[in-house]
Amino acid sequence: MRIGIIDYGMGNLFSVEQAIKRLGYEVLVSADKEELFATDALILPGVGSFKDAMKRLQETNLDSLINEIEISNKPLLGICLGMQLLFQRSTENGSGKGLGIFKGEIERFAGINDDGIAYRVPHMGWNELQFAQHPEWLQENEMTGDHFVYFVHSYFATNIDQEELVAFAHYGNELVPGIVQRGSITGMQFHPEKSSEFGVLLLRLWLDGVKKGVVM
Amino acid sequence: MLTKRIIPCLDVKEGRVVKGVQFVSLRDAGDPVELAKFYNEQGADELVFLDISASHEGRETMVDVVRQAASNLAIPFTVGGGIRTLEDMKRLLRAGADKVSVNSSALQRPELIKEGSDYFGAQCIVVAIDAKWSEEDDTWMVYTHGGRNKTDWQAVAWAKEAVKLGAGELLVTSMDQDGEKSGFDLPLTKAIREAVNVPIIASGGAGNADHFYDVLQHVDADAALAASIFHYKETSVAEVKNKLRQKGVFVR
Repeated sequence: MRIGIIDYGMGNLFSVEQAIKRLGYEVLVSADKEELFATDALILPGVGSFKDAMKRLQETNLDSLINEIEISNKPLLGICLGMQLLFQRSTENGSGKGLGIFKGEIERFAGINDDGIAYRVPHMGWNELQFAQHPEWLQENEMTGDHFVYFVHSYFATNIDQEELVAFAHYGNELVPGIVQRGSITGMQFHPEKSSEFGVLLLRLWLDGVKKGVVM
Repeated sequence: MLTKRIIPCLDVKEGRVVKGVQFVSLRDAGDPVELAKFYNEQGADELVFLDISASHEGRETMVDVVRQAASNLAIPFTVGGGIRTLEDMKRLLRAGADKVSVNSSALQRPELIKEGSDYFGAQCIVVAIDAKWSEEDDTWMVYTHGGRNKTDWQAVAWAKEAVKLGAGELLVTSMDQDGEKSGFDLPLTKAIREAVNVPIIASGGAGNADHFYDVLQHVDADAALAASIFHYKETSVAEVKNKLRQKGVFVR
């Protein structure tokens, strides 16, 4: 099985590439639409600003690839900014349109909770994931031990469709979507490739699910 | 809610870990990646590699160390030491570092923080501040060159300025406490913690597991960093975390 990593010039692809290779899968890092479409599943990584990332995707014509992936039910995993891009829009640097696969908007953490107490932004560090549901590739009995994952972001998904929420974490007084899924498309706000054993487990379960054809 | 983080720091010179380390389980205790993997297994939340190479070749070697670390580690790590330009940042972040840390070079040219932050996002840019109490100024001042050279910056003012320029995190080292093993500098950490709204890593002075509790719980540092007590096995990351957990601190 071969996994394609979409290289549109935003961020650090090396760590995620290495993590997938360590799990025994072939990886293709590419910006070529045809080449990417020929792989078994795709990863949309991303670090940086929403607007720049959308602009890069449009310039490289890779935005249409993602729509084609959705139509053809091919598994795709968006990580961090890669997940945020899959939503309808973001308020980062003024309003910007996203890929619109998931319902909802990307907004900045207010940095102050309902009681007027300040909290740090970015949301950076280890937070515990809580599961709202267990899709077929992510069964509860597969997940032993603690559920800590590494987050680093200043913006998060809001007004989402609760049916698409798989896992979340609490920060400030916000409920932060950690994993979302709609059909074959999955998003992870945290960095599974940086989340030690549990992150590697989540990646492995997703890859196993792709292999078994149950990420849909 | 975020956990409090424990961060071992590895000093790397010409690609090798310095400060004699004797871990029987390691084949090569001088190999930064071997040691990093060991700390990862111990439950370290993050790592810092501090490049203390003096030569250009040594700095080139560091890029290889970073690439190796990124290939083998599934936790975030920061690289500091000798980063002077946006190009230096690019090389290390592209090699797989999650964050870069700047110190003297940012004091010489503060725009470096802004350049890095604009290009990579604030979350990638750590500003390391070496602070020492000055009787003359009646406050902590920022020092460079391991505490030898005093700058004109008050530590709290520089912390605010660094965050304004785009620092996503501050690594605050007390030059008074560094090497003393009598605990972190709580008043310094508290002063900076209260002045800014980004995560603070406290550094300098850790001598036992209780010291971590004090700085994480009493002055609410987000993370605590130590080097020699971990390297010389005076305590371990696992022991520190167990102790914190027993005392009700949220750790992973």
